[in-house]
Amino acid sequence: MSLSLIVFFIAAAIALGGALGVVMTRNIVYAAFSLLASLMGVAGLFLTAFAEFLALVQVLIYGGAIVIVILFALMLTRIQDFENLSGNRQWPVAALVSAVVFGLLVASVFSTTVRTVADRQAVSLDDLGRTLFEQWAVPFEIASLVLLVALIGVVVMVGANGRRE
Amino acid sequence: MIELAHFQIVAAALFAIGLYGVLSRRSAVLILMSIELMLNAVNVNLIGFAAFADIADPSRALGQVIVVFVITIAAAELALALAIILRLYRNRSTVNVDEVNLMKW
Repeated sequence: MSLSLIVFFIAAAIALGGALGVVMTRNIVYAAFSLLASLMGVAGLFLTAFAEFLALVQVLIYGGAIVIVILFALMLTRIQDFENLSGNRQWPVAALVSAVVFGLLVASVFSTTVRTVADRQAVSLDDLGRTLFEQWAVPFEIASLVLLVALIGVVVMVGANGRRE
Repeated sequence: MIELAHFQIVAAALFAIGLYGVLSRRSAVLILMSIELMLNAVNVNLIGFAAFADIADPSRALGQVIVVFVITIAAAELALALAIILRLYRNRSTVNVDEVNLMKW
């Protein structure tokens, strides 16, 4: 077993263990920190696929921004009655549905052939930058506009209306 | 040696766990966290495919470019969804999605 495979399995275990923590725990703050662990595990998976720039982006945006925003949302909403919010009577159906979806995905992974190379190769940052800012420059600008519109919408929805009431 | 199937199976497991969270939780914030897990599963898949693409392929960085877009849209979606949850909490004093039936007839 090569070293990279060991690193891959550790990262995958962190990602999947954190994900299980998110869906299983009865404490919502633990769920937020499990989400952080899971996202860092995903960043490790990115590193094993030589996507070091995206691993950095993952740590910065998810670890630095998204989990913090979720924790602020938890602070602003009441979480005392979380105990009876965490479960759901439909959980056996949910488990069955997600198990079937997982089975279907794995079956489709093994029944389709993809034209790939034998071992993974790094996508250079140069390549990524050229593709992003030459070929995909217009969608990139539109994505920044979408982000701007979404954040203005957030401010309008949460902030301004509160003052009028 | 890491193979493409490893990435695909981990991504499938992450997606299934996120789907279970979306279907079984009643707190809106937890449903949102599970949606983030599902988006990350898709990202793992895309990164895996980008790493195993043919080196001569001129558009082999495309997988990583799409991941950049997915992360951007995920951030926008999360901010908007949390704003909706805060409004909901202010108006109805709950984040339980079972009790939010304003549009149900």
